[in-house]
Amino acid sequence: MIIKTVNLNCYYGTQQVLREINLEIYKNEIFGIIGPANSGKTTFLRALNRLNQINISYWQSGEIFLGNENIKTIGDSILRKKIGIIFALPQVLPVSIYHNVAYGPKVHGITDKKALNRIVETALRKAYLWDEVNERLEEPAMRLSGGQQQRLCIARTLAVEPEVILYDEPCSGLDPISTAMVEDTMQQLKQNYTQILVTNNTKQAARVSERCGFFLMGEVIEVGRTSAIFTNPQDSRTDDYISGRFG
Amino acid sequence: MNAAQIRQKAAFFILAVVTLLVVAPILMTIFYITRNGVGAISWEFITQPPRNGMREGGIFPAIVGTIVLVIGTMLFSLPLGVLSAIYLVEYARDNFFTRLIKLSVVNLSGIPSIVYGLFGFTMFVLLLRLGTSIVAGSLTLAIMSLPVIITATKEALEAVPRSFREISLSLGATKWQTVRHCVLPYAIPGILTGTVLSLSRAAGETAPILFTVAAFYLPRLPRSVFDQVMALPYHLYVISTQVPNIPTELSFATGFVLIALVFVLNLVSIIFRAHFRKKKLW
Repeated sequence: MIIKTVNLNCYYGTQQVLREINLEIYKNEIFGIIGPANSGKTTFLRALNRLNQINISYWQSGEIFLGNENIKTIGDSILRKKIGIIFALPQVLPVSIYHNVAYGPKVHGITDKKALNRIVETALRKAYLWDEVNERLEEPAMRLSGGQQQRLCIARTLAVEPEVILYDEPCSGLDPISTAMVEDTMQQLKQNYTQILVTNNTKQAARVSERCGFFLMGEVIEVGRTSAIFTNPQDSRTDDYISGRFG
Repeated sequence: MNAAQIRQKAAFFILAVVTLLVVAPILMTIFYITRNGVGAISWEFITQPPRNGMREGGIFPAIVGTIVLVIGTMLFSLPLGVLSAIYLVEYARDNFFTRLIKLSVVNLSGIPSIVYGLFGFTMFVLLLRLGTSIVAGSLTLAIMSLPVIITATKEALEAVPRSFREISLSLGATKWQTVRHCVLPYAIPGILTGTVLSLSRAAGETAPILFTVAAFYLPRLPRSVFDQVMALPYHLYVISTQVPNIPTELSFATGFVLIALVFVLNLVSIIFRAHFRKKKLW
């Protein structure tokens, strides 16, 4: 167990978007989160690395643990270094490919040029992007294709050596081939990282995740092995959603 | 041609005419001043102090004075304006205190320039005992420039995509690192535009410098920041209204030099902006 939430409630102003979430996520698994729009999936994800707090109307109750530590006791900077996130649309900084990846390590104090070069190469290799970009690292990252940009985002997250990687609908803007490459990358990263995948695409959750949770209207309806949820759902609402009767 | 197309033609025509009406006064001003003043422009005019009760000679001390005042104004207003705008956009929470600051900024821009002049006189010249000096004048002009710089900087910061901040924060960067590396660099063109705009206005203002720095006639150059200086707009006012029998050509030539100076200032910002735009990739 690497992440655990206890009675997590999340609000924007007076509107409650998550209710009594008690989830456990195990080390080095890919945990899928499925559910229709506005069911609180993204809010849950961003609660884990406290990114929701950028929005000033946001507040929450309940506890979140990373390992044995309550994340309240971890500073923003360190928490977000440990729990990285990949956003829905590929979001790269308007700088070179190299500097997109090097930015993270730099803000954490690594200035040695050789060390940075090594980190950038390692991260790009892990994200299976190195072979496509190693000869044009100084080119603007915005010139890469959507799929390449998303893998660059993964490399950028890997460069700060996280323990957990959150994916917020990472393939929603990608074509099937790019999607397959991102999913491939996730499978390769399984050995060393815990990954949580929020997706609107139930088939993707079925393909990639080992366990998954079904979110509906801010509540967790069902959690279990992905194979079990997709073949033999316990709750009729889960059945309705994965068989496409609503959502 | 059907009715819709005719209406469209008519609309375009009206829009084009109105737009031309906006450009016309600027072009005519420049044309008129150039035609009447350019004859008096000479090497002597821009490099010599005035002589014979300002009826002859040049305007060199006034040119230097205006340049010094613009630089002084920038030194005070740029850091103050940019840093407070960063605070307002990136750090401040929405509360009574912040709203008070924002309201003050808006109101500051509505104050007539002569009131700034009086304030500068009582505050800097008398109370802080800076005397009628470059410091007092620059500070007065700086306060007058603040609202434009703050507003322009705020808008430039708000125009930087939110995603840049989220990326940076999500990688564990601190708020300041985020602002420093992922926001500020992309806001510089906008900040520059606002700054140059307000400095151009400061260069041309008479009222704020009237009691705080401007000298009626001071042919020598300033030796320290506590000296008085001549300044182009005030000199223009003086030779146009206060001294009899001055050829009008001299007034127009002085006006021409002031416009040229402001133009150079704008040119610098245009070049800077073009340079930064090349790097803008989103």
